[in-house]
Parts: sequence; C-alpha cells; structure tokens
Amino acid sequence: MSEEIEAKLIPIFILSRMHMVPEGSTIITAMEYAGFKLKKGVGCREGFCGACASLYRLEGDFKLHGSLGCQTVVQPNMQIVQIPYTPSPKAIYDLETLNAEQEVFTNTYPELYRCLACNTCAKICPQEILVMDYVQAGIKGNLALMADLSFDCIMCGLCTTRCPAEITQFNAALLARRLYGKYLNKKGRFLEYRIKQILEGKFEEGYQELMNLPKEALTKRYFDRELNFNIT
Amino acid sequence: MKRIPYYPGCSLQTKAKHFETSAMAVAEALDYELVTLPRWNCCGAVHSLTTDDLMHHVAPVTTLLRSKEFSAENHLDDSRLVVLCAMCLNVLKRTNKRVQELLEDRTKINDFMYLENSKYDGSTIVIHFLELLREIGWETLSQKVKHPLSNLAVSPYYGCLLLRPKEVGIDNPEAPTIQEDLLKSLDAKVIENPLKNRCCGSYHTLVDKDVVAELGYDILINAQKAGAEIITTSCPLCAFNLDQRQENILKKHPDFTKIPVVYFTELMMIAFDLPLEKAGLDMHYVDPRPLLLKKEMLHE
Repeated sequence: MSEEIEAKLIPIFILSRMHMVPEGSTIITAMEYAGFKLKKGVGCREGFCGACASLYRLEGDFKLHGSLGCQTVVQPNMQIVQIPYTPSPKAIYDLETLNAEQEVFTNTYPELYRCLACNTCAKICPQEILVMDYVQAGIKGNLALMADLSFDCIMCGLCTTRCPAEITQFNAALLARRLYGKYLNKKGRFLEYRIKQILEGKFEEGYQELMNLPKEALTKRYFDRELNFNIT
Repeated sequence: MKRIPYYPGCSLQTKAKHFETSAMAVAEALDYELVTLPRWNCCGAVHSLTTDDLMHHVAPVTTLLRSKEFSAENHLDDSRLVVLCAMCLNVLKRTNKRVQELLEDRTKINDFMYLENSKYDGSTIVIHFLELLREIGWETLSQKVKHPLSNLAVSPYYGCLLLRPKEVGIDNPEAPTIQEDLLKSLDAKVIENPLKNRCCGSYHTLVDKDVVAELGYDILINAQKAGAEIITTSCPLCAFNLDQRQENILKKHPDFTKIPVVYFTELMMIAFDLPLEKAGLDMHYVDPRPLLLKKEMLHE
C-alpha cells in the first residue's frame, strides 16, 4: 500500500512557459512532471554523465547559472533551458604518434591559443573546475597540470557554449588527460599483473559460475558482495 | 634569500625556457629567489588600445590581482612582481596604469571577475628583472664577476616594449643605458648600435617573415659594422626574430654573416661562473658556443 505525499507545487519557467512542479524536484524530474519526454538531455541521473547540462536564472539574480539538471533542485520562478549538446570540433588523432608537449594543440585544438583568460568558462562550470586555469596550463605546455585540473570534467559542454574565444575546452582537456595517462603518469604495476592473470585463465572458473547462476541468486550475490577497494 | 613574486608568461616556460632558468640562477647568485606565481595566465600578449574593449584587460588584471594575493598570503619579502618578457611587462604595466587611473574601468573589470577572492585595487608594482638588477646595484654585480667578459664585444638590443610608451618604459626611450650599464659591470666591451631600439618586426614574424628578416638585417648589420660579436636582448619575441630569422636573412642577403643573439642573463651566468647547464646556450639557432669557446669563456 503506497502512501500519497502531498507536495507543494511551485512555479518554474521551462523554455519561457510557466509550469507548476513539486517543490524539491530536480530540473529533470520537474521537466518530466511538466510533461516533457526526455530522450536527449538526460542520462545517468546521478551527476556523472554530463548529458543533462542546463542553464538557469533565478529571480532577481543577474547570474546565468550552469548546472546538471539531475543535480539541481528547482526554485520558485527559476527560468530553465537544457543545453544537451554543444557543437564542437573534435580532432582525430593517434595517441601513438603524438607527444605530450605544448605543440600537441597546434595540430589538434589550435583555437586553445585564442583564450582571453576571461574566466567565463569557470563561471559556468557545474563541476566548479578551474577551466581557464587548465586551458592556460595547456597553452604553456603543462599537460600534467591540465589533466589534473580538468580531472572532474564530465564533458557537459557548457564552457564551450559560453566561451567568447570559441574554444572547445573539454575536448582539449580530454586529449591532455589521454596523453598524461599514456606518457606522463606513473605506470601502475597492478594492471599488467592483472591482465596476465586474466590471460592465464585465473578467473575463468568464477566467471563461468556467475554466468550460470539464476537471476535471483545473482541479484542476491550482487547486493551481498563486499566492496573492498584496498588494492595494495 | 629574498623572495619576490615572478610572473613567467607563456614563452618563458616554452621557447624561452632558458631565459627563465638563467635568470633564476643569476637571481639566486644575487640572493634573490624568483617565486613563480602558482596560478598565472597569459598576460594578454598585446595591449588593447580600444577604449571600450575591457574584456582584453581581464587577463592582465587577473594576473596583477593574483600576484598581490600571492605575495600577501605567503609573506614574501618583496611584494612587487618581477617579469622577464618585455611584452608581458608592457601589457601588465599599461593595464595596471589604466585601472589605477580609470576607476570606472577598474570597477567594471572587478565586477566581471567575481570568481576571484578579492577586488583589484591597482596596487601591484610590476618591474622588469633588469630593474631589479639596477636596484641591486652595478657595483654589487661587478663584485660577483669571476670571469670578466672583457674579451667580448657585446651589443645590447632593446626593441620597443621595454622602453615605450615612456610612461611604462624602464629607461630613457630614446637613449637607454640599462643593458649597457649591466654589461659594463660584467666588464664586457659594449658596442653601441644606433638601431638598438628599432622594432624587430614583432608578430609580423607569423605572417610575413620577409618583413622581419629585413628589419633584423638592418639591426644586426649595424651592430656588426660597429664591431659587435654577440647581441643581447631581454625579450623572447625579439630574440626569436633576431636569432631564428637569420635563416631568412641569409636567403635574401647571402653576404650576411650570422651573429649569435642571447639573453643578457646567459652572459651573466658565464661572468658569474655559474654551472652552465641552465644557461641554455644550446637553445639558439645561431650557436653562441663557438664564439664563446674561441674567447675562452667556456670550458671545453
């Protein structure tokens, strides 16, 4: 028997039209409540995938806010629009032939050098990343710093939407992290060891066992499992 | 050791890395630590002259503000900001002057930079490394010299941005002497070049190499006629144009003889007899080492 909870409704504006939605909804749930069928602009609903980039303004506030729709609770008279995608150049490259140095961007994302250091990107970033700082790190060839500062990027694209210099920050940062992982980061010895174990068939028996389990038993095992992240 | 904030600028950590490493080594020998700002961005590269274009001043103002915050938070001995690149110096000083004088601009820019931790009040003092050396004193410098450059005919080149406009210049814009004074303290034979503050061609180097090659030819040939064996400079772009573009000069003027162009800090390292790994003598298009070897200023 389910208990109905009466929620207070508040007015919000989606694409300029007013909708009454339950207080405490997120932008995504509020849009669904208002009747929008979201096929794009929604993904994991957990704040990780970056698909639900949204812009909003609050009453009496000049600031244009960037946020993830699934992580942002609606407020009365909020104006909302989703920006599910930002058209962005995407360089094609072969990591094997690239070097982890400053020149890498001249052939992939040369517009990076157009940065005016105005920091508009950092103002809009829902992840509160120091976007301009990492772009500048890239310009001066510090790929390790660029990878580090951009680590929390979920590629929602809002920085790119707002950039006065029309840079594709998030794609350039992705390249920096790839190069960092491939050439600059310390190599972990565990990965090679584990791959060797897999190739030698160490987990084959356990894997077959799991594959043959009925669904209920598998579900039970999943929820009963012990999480142990201590890999040392 | 006195600690003073230092703003590198983009070239100083890439193409002109050896200008930075040599300046730091020289500073250390003079009991100064150039402390690199932990968060810095491009200075803006060219000072915007349009009166209503404030966006292009945000980059230098951010740098000036972060420098002020950094030196206060870390209790540095000297709160002024040292710069090596002539172009960065020029942009930072001119913007600083603008926000000192135009309160409305300063307010607008501060309002725009609302993510920063504080408001910029125009109080950061920007100096060039040469000015710091002048302050330390030519006499003190000459006392550090272990390997006098008496055998070497050096012609200093200034370019534009260290000197002009005169409101931000570090010396007399028409007849500067700061590099000459420095070189004299190293006991070098100073060669006067009448074109020492003629423009090197600046960013034309990207679109028309020939323009830069012609300007460079005039500058270098005048120095050579006066007897110079080596040129010193303090600006990464001048250094690039005068050094790298000698390749283009040679194509147009086959009679031209190459001449090494180095940063003044590289010669200081030699004069102070500091370990030369950080001098970057191998970072030039025209290798200065054969000349310096001939003059017995390098150990084989």
